[in-house]
Order: sequence, then C-alpha cells, then structure tokens
Amino acid sequence: MAKTYEEINEKIRKGQAVVLTAEEVVALGREKGAGHVAETVDVVTTGTFGPMCSSGAFLNFGHSDPPIKMQKVWINDVPVFAGLAAVDAYIGATELSEKVGFDYGGGHLIEDLIAGKTLTLRAVSYGTDCYPRREIETEISLESINQAFLFNPRNAYQNYNVAVNSSDRALNTYMGILLPNLGNATYSTSGELSPLLNDPLYRTIGIGTKIFLGGAQGFVAWEGTQHNPKQARGDNGEPLAPAGTLSLIGDMKSMSTRYIRGAYYYKYGISMFVGVGIPIPILDEEMARFVCTGNDEIFATAVDYSVETRAKPSFGRFSYAELRSGKITVNGKEIQTAPLSSLKRAREIAGVLKGWIEGGQFTLTAPVRPLAGDCSFKPLNIVPPKAEAVSS
Amino acid sequence: MAQQRVVLTFQRWQLDQPITYRLVKDFDLVTNILQAKVTPDEGRMSLELSGLEQNIEQGIKWLKEQQVIVYPLATGLSVEKDSCVDCGACTAVCPTGALEFDKDWTLNYEEDRCILCLACVPACPVRAIQERE
Ligand code: SF4
Ligand code: SF4
Repeated sequence: MAKTYEEINEKIRKGQAVVLTAEEVVALGREKGAGHVAETVDVVTTGTFGPMCSSGAFLNFGHSDPPIKMQKVWINDVPVFAGLAAVDAYIGATELSEKVGFDYGGGHLIEDLIAGKTLTLRAVSYGTDCYPRREIETEISLESINQAFLFNPRNAYQNYNVAVNSSDRALNTYMGILLPNLGNATYSTSGELSPLLNDPLYRTIGIGTKIFLGGAQGFVAWEGTQHNPKQARGDNGEPLAPAGTLSLIGDMKSMSTRYIRGAYYYKYGISMFVGVGIPIPILDEEMARFVCTGNDEIFATAVDYSVETRAKPSFGRFSYAELRSGKITVNGKEIQTAPLSSLKRAREIAGVLKGWIEGGQFTLTAPVRPLAGDCSFKPLNIVPPKAEAVSS
Repeated sequence: MAQQRVVLTFQRWQLDQPITYRLVKDFDLVTNILQAKVTPDEGRMSLELSGLEQNIEQGIKWLKEQQVIVYPLATGLSVEKDSCVDCGACTAVCPTGALEFDKDWTLNYEEDRCILCLACVPACPVRAIQERE
C-alpha cells in the first residue's frame, strides 16, 4: 500500500503520524516484517554526529563607516575566505589559527559563533573610491552580523572506511590515532541509524529535502562533493565503501553547540562535528525494506592507512554489527574497534527529529530534483601544466 | 610532614649527579622512586618526596636550578562529562579498557583500570581528557 508525501504530511499535521527511529524500525521489521512496517509506519528518523571536514559557513558582516571592501579577513586570528563581495566571507572548518595553529581553527570559530561569543574581526584592503577604508578591527557576534549560514560541501557520507595500520609506527590520521601492527581499527558512521544508509538509492533524499542540521531545520542543497552513487553495492542496495554524500545548508542563528562542535585530530588538524538527521518517508514496501536493513547487513571495508598511495590495500569487509561488538579479526589477529562518530548523540538527534515530527512542527518535503545519478569519483592526475599562466 | 609526587626529566649529562642523594642529604627529604626510565639521551623519574614543606620547596627549587624539568605527577585523569561527545576516539588507544562505552554508548572512565599512560589525552578531539595533578 503506497503512501504519498501529502498523505504523510496530513497525518503529521493532525498529530497522527507514526514515527520511529531507524533503530526502532529495525527491531519492528525483524519481528513483523517489512510489509507490516510499510503499512503501519509513516516516517523513520535517522541521525549522525561525526567529524565532517568539508564544512563551513558564509557570513555577512554589514558595512562599517566609511565602508571597506574586505580583501583579507581574520576572525580570532583564523583566516577566512573573503574573495567575494565587500563584506561577505566563508569560514572553512579546517582552517588553522595563524597565532596558535592546531589549538584553534575554523571548526572552533563556528562553534564559538553559535555559542554567542564575541569574536575579533580584522580585515585589510587596498581601498577603492567606493570603499575607502583600508583596515578594520572590531568585535562581532552571531547576533551583530547579518547572515550566518552553514554551507557544508560534503556531509553525511554514505558509509566510510574502517581504518587500520599495518606499519610499525603509530599514525595520526583523520581516523584517529591508529596503533601499529594492526593495533586497532576505527570506523565512522552510525550504521543502521545513518541517513543515507536508510535510503541507499536516494529515492527520498534529494535536493530540497528538509532536515535536522546542527539543532535547527536545514536543507539538502545539492549532492555533496565526491558523491559516488556508482560505488559497489550489496543485494540490499547498501554500498560496501564510501558512496553518496550531501551538501547541506542551514541557518546558524538557530543552531546549538550541542550539535556543532570544533574538533582537533592529533597532528592531523582541525575538523568539526556536525549533527545531521534526515526523515525518511515510508512511501512503500521498498522504502520499508531499506529502513529495516540492520547493522548485520551493512558492511564497510577495512583499509590500510599506512600505505601512502591513493589506492590503499584492503583487509576485507566487516558488518557494523561486528564493528560495534568491539572486536574484529584482521589477518588472523583479533583487534579492538572504536568508533569516531558518536552513536549516543546520533540517537539523540534521531529522537529529537522524531519529536519534531510527532509534534506536528516538521513536515516532509519531496525532493525538488533527485541527486545526480551518473557521477563518479574521479582522481586528480598529475600532468605537467601546459596552459600559459594568465599573468605572464 | 608533607608529601609531594613529581616527575623529573633530565638530560644525559645530568645523570652523573646523584640527584636523589642530594635531596636526602642537603634537604632532609625522604625520596621514594616510583618509576625511573633512562634512555641514551634522557632520563625520567617519578618520585615521591616527603619532608618539611619548606624543605620540599627548597629541594624543588634546587632541582630547577640544575635545569632538571620538574612537574607534578598525574594522579589521575579528569574526563569532562560536559564537553565529551561520546565519540569513542579515546577508546581506540586505551590499552586497559579504562575508557570504554557502557551499554547505552556513554563513555565511561574506570579509574581503577587506568595505568596513566596518557595515550588518550591527545586522542580526544574536543580535549575532554586532562591529566589531573
Ligand atoms: S591514561 Fe592510558 S590507561 Fe588511563 S584511560 Fe588513558 S589510555 Fe587508558
Ligand atoms: S575522545 Fe573525548 S569526546 Fe570522544 S568519547 Fe573520549 S573523552 Fe569523549
């Protein structure tokens, strides 16, 4: 029995929608089957809370008197990109402070803005007839500036690697500290709770989908960078390695530092924890089957991070049920596993989103356009540049 | 009688100095070596000093004058529950299981199992784990 978005939204408005989290629905599906889930469940909520480097924020500071066309800009000594109109800028989450390096960066800056802290803005310019000022130093806060919205080019990776290290020294990576001689294994998705693993073929998550982002309502803006829908998949549609990604947008002025946090990975650099939750409408039995896919049916590939080439050798596939058990066997050796994204907070996000929908505050949106289906993940080949530089 | 636990770090050339002997003899301190590790270029010693408070102070001052690096020995860790996001990055490097998840995936620190190796301190992306003096 198929349902439409309109029918589901009507139920949400009346406070009659049946909403389960992506974990609750796995349990129900195991007990009563996907057919029963399709009949009885309207919406399933997902969640993830993990470090997502490809994140950032657009700001507009407003104009000073006399005005300045900001050419180089720092906030709390972190350089932010200002090659835009006079007082627009973009904070990249991984940017480092010029004063304290790894101790503070773009992710922390975004967190501090959301926390309502006062920050130091510094900018220089060459001065123009319409923007005569050449320098400015002042204080800003989230409240004092015009717009502040997160615009993350790549979030919510649909599946990711399991990282291991076969070398004889510890590696400091964006997958955490990897101990030598296959001393540990780290992984970073919320498995059966993860947004894109609940809609593996992108039937309902598309451009314009309304979501939970950082504690506020946000939207899917586009497919994310490195979106790779053609990744190898199992029979259940789930990719076996990193596949789809999303570009997300949302208003920082209504976000919370509970769901956006600066992060520093030892000797790797700055990143940012981003909390994302996406509702999945149970339109038909196929969608029900997708959301009922459990941790024992979703697999990730173990990759050796000690190999410096782009293509790293693999050590086999492991289900999220095995990864969550705390131990996997690689090359005959039993090794300890650890997550990098917070399952506890992912659950919390799925629960908050469930509450919003049950309370009638959050209705579902059909995608305005599906995510691109035919892109692949291209490498960057190194060739001697032939083009003549414009400046010469 | 006062007591203080310190970690001393010194260079190879300072090893010839009978450091603990001088602390006993010149400052009237009882020294108890908790742990000592000497590599070809550097030595590290955890020491418990007991004696009169001003003597301990003087002894530490003298050590610093000898260019020995002195800092208080960690007696434990503090895991800031408010800033911890329960991600699990620290559990990847903990050799004893002192940092582990409980049933609902909340990070749990069990002090009794901690050997103060401090591997978890740099592993935490939000700096929720600090050495406690
Ligand atoms: S100091 Fe070492 S043993 Fe103690 S909790 Fe940290 S990693 Fe585990
Ligand atoms: S690494 Fe830090 S934030 Fe993550 S679980 Fe451990 S203490 Fe908490």
